[in-house]
Amino acid sequence: MPDATFKIFRGDRDGGELVEYQVPIAPGMVVLDALHYIQGHQAPDLAVRWNCKAGKCGSCSAEVNGRPRLTCKTRMDALPLDKPITVQPMKSFPVIKDLVTDVSWNYEVNRKIPPFTPRPNVEWKMDQRDVDRVQEFRKCIECFLCQNVCHVLRDHEKQEHFGGPRFFVRIAGLEMHPLDGVSRTKLLKDDLGIGLCNITKCCTEVCPEDIHITDNSIIPLKERVIDDFYDPVRWFLRKLGGKSAASSVE
Amino acid sequence: MTEKYETHEHDVLIIGAGGAGLRAAIEALAQGASVGVVCKSLLGKAHTVMAEGGIAAAMANVDPADDWRTHFRDTMRGGKFLNNWRMAQLHAQEAPERVRELERWGALFDRTSDGEILQRAFGGHTFKRLCHVGDRTGLEMIRTLQDRGVHLGIDVYMECAITRLLKDGERVSGAFGYWREQGRFVVFKAKSIVMATGGIGKAWSITSNSWEYTGDGMALAYDAGAELMDMEFVQFHPTGMVWPPGVQGILVTEAVRGEGGVLRNKDGERFMERYDPEKMELSTRDVVARAIYTEAKEGRGTEHGGAYLDISHKPADYVKKKLPSMYHQFRELADVDITKGPMEVGPTCHYMMGGIRVAAETAQSNVPGLFAAGEAAAGLHGSNRLGGNSLSDLLVFGKRAGFAAAEQAKQVGPGQIEDTQIYEAEREMLSPFERTEGESPYQLHRELQEKMHNLVGIFRSEEDLEQGLAAVRQLKQRSANVQVEGSRLFNPGWHLARDMKSMLTVSEAVTLSALARKESRGAHSRIDYPKYDETWGKQNNIISRDGEEMRLSQSPTSEMPGELKVLLSE
Repeated sequence: MPDATFKIFRGDRDGGELVEYQVPIAPGMVVLDALHYIQGHQAPDLAVRWNCKAGKCGSCSAEVNGRPRLTCKTRMDALPLDKPITVQPMKSFPVIKDLVTDVSWNYEVNRKIPPFTPRPNVEWKMDQRDVDRVQEFRKCIECFLCQNVCHVLRDHEKQEHFGGPRFFVRIAGLEMHPLDGVSRTKLLKDDLGIGLCNITKCCTEVCPEDIHITDNSIIPLKERVIDDFYDPVRWFLRKLGGKSAASSVE
Repeated sequence: MTEKYETHEHDVLIIGAGGAGLRAAIEALAQGASVGVVCKSLLGKAHTVMAEGGIAAAMANVDPADDWRTHFRDTMRGGKFLNNWRMAQLHAQEAPERVRELERWGALFDRTSDGEILQRAFGGHTFKRLCHVGDRTGLEMIRTLQDRGVHLGIDVYMECAITRLLKDGERVSGAFGYWREQGRFVVFKAKSIVMATGGIGKAWSITSNSWEYTGDGMALAYDAGAELMDMEFVQFHPTGMVWPPGVQGILVTEAVRGEGGVLRNKDGERFMERYDPEKMELSTRDVVARAIYTEAKEGRGTEHGGAYLDISHKPADYVKKKLPSMYHQFRELADVDITKGPMEVGPTCHYMMGGIRVAAETAQSNVPGLFAAGEAAAGLHGSNRLGGNSLSDLLVFGKRAGFAAAEQAKQVGPGQIEDTQIYEAEREMLSPFERTEGESPYQLHRELQEKMHNLVGIFRSEEDLEQGLAAVRQLKQRSANVQVEGSRLFNPGWHLARDMKSMLTVSEAVTLSALARKESRGAHSRIDYPKYDETWGKQNNIISRDGEEMRLSQSPTSEMPGELKVLLSE
């Protein structure tokens, strides 16, 4: 089997450069295998995050040939091998070292989101169809690739005013939970700035779990915000019904 | 000297942020303790996230005849009666309430037609018992616990690795570790500590386990004087991926068989008929793993040395709905469409039945203030774990450990932290940087994996185990002179150098225990002692530290009360 040439970002907060490595190819090999090979044989201090190597934990995100990917699911035989394969850290997060970035901001955003709160005296029965509608959002493995490509974060750096697609998916999973009883629309509108999203669908394109982030979570959530804050009649009706903006948790 | 270090103080310190650690944290917090959780990876990435099949709990939503007694009996039978019966009883009795609790915290399970939690069949379970969410039950569980814990106010120290437990006399008083990001050292003071660090699979070359599974908790506890038990019982899951090489060992959920998948050899024969004609593919994991291994060894394996697992007789939509991540995993990593053709599967090192010896009710080890839960603890599963009993174990004994650790913290004052212990811990971590020559930790790791795989695997013999023990001890000496390159900033080579110490401790304990147990039981198969032995059926192997030596002894199992014995004979 021939070798593949890699150009991998080596560096830290103060800067760095692409460093070249040669890796022998094996059948079915993925980019993460190549990174492990380099660690094991050439650069023992190459910093890479990974856990499951099976596309289930969302740890090994990076930009392969400029495309945001899970390296454990990026097959070498799907990449052109006649030129070097570049592997760089996710651009939207500060580099810690090599391919490892500081994603702690995401955990801060998550903490702002009111957790699942059942309606009072609810009966713990659910219809499978209602569950199915929400499962899509709960598949998210928190790889943060959607956050990485979202131009509101990547280009405009609106981290302080915008939650990002990952957390719109998270909120959709809570808001559409059949038994949940609080509204998060005020949070969506004010703190998480859902209005800043202009639905270019970049997030949906990179999602390794094939979650229809824009169509199934962001757009319906935008509609809820409009209902609650900009349509007085529907706001009133919703207030009479289940969820109301008045019960928002700050 | 502690002033030199960043120091954090909690009533209860929990090491590990998987299902057991998070459940323990939530309970300790509910008891009024201040709680810190330390984990090697980012929060939400622990191995629990990979659990696929479901949580075993006798809720009787699908099969009304199910109850805790049947679950108890199945668990004891699966473990070939070496289980701690009290743990098996508590587990079976409390699992349903732990699942309902998870649902009240927001977990969404698949439903029955009348809106209850749906349960599926699994190996060794008499009834349909596994509460599940497609094949991503672990993800749902960890997200639910993670959000619950964070919103209740646990402090999480992510990407922080504990390298030593600190003691004040006999009791634990804290832990020493380092931040992986900067390589900075950190000291935790705590009145009680819960080990929830999971298993040891990374000591074998073909494994479903993530890099974190290096036996840290067991080795740290052992170093601090805790006893380890049942270390010979290492579960090989029957179905890991075998091709292509890069994916070898990745788990193929038992739910494939639970949903009706059949196993065939290269001749098309449904070979489980010869190994367990009654339960067939849903026999226990030890039996199915040995069957697949034997078929391949005797020349009836697939092209890449495994067996065929086929679910393609079920409607494609059904397969995609019930086994979505398996569908994607095979399509993306192996170019196989499982709705159209069979998967190639073979055994993969998956789960550790043994671990820290604990009291059933409190999860407390023999070291005052030190508790353990989940895969890091021993007892519940005996010599073989049933699928689905792991997630329920995490919930039941995570809660119990959290409760007991918080109670302990109420009863004792803060312990002393001794400077000499911190100094030793720091020396140990810094010495690999100071050597100008030495071996690479990666090389030593590869050798350990290969030795454990070839000599301490599914089938064992005196000769192999003796060789294995010698190899582990030799690697231990070499690993004392390991060399690390680069800086302390996020350095995986440095980290592996420390992980090797844990892996070598548990590997030695596994091999010693396996040598001693001259019988075959559950996951421990001796080709030179292929039968059950009555004496060994009534005693556990115990590993403890005697200075620098590892000591092995036997301890009789406790007598089961009459009312439980009756259940087993039914």
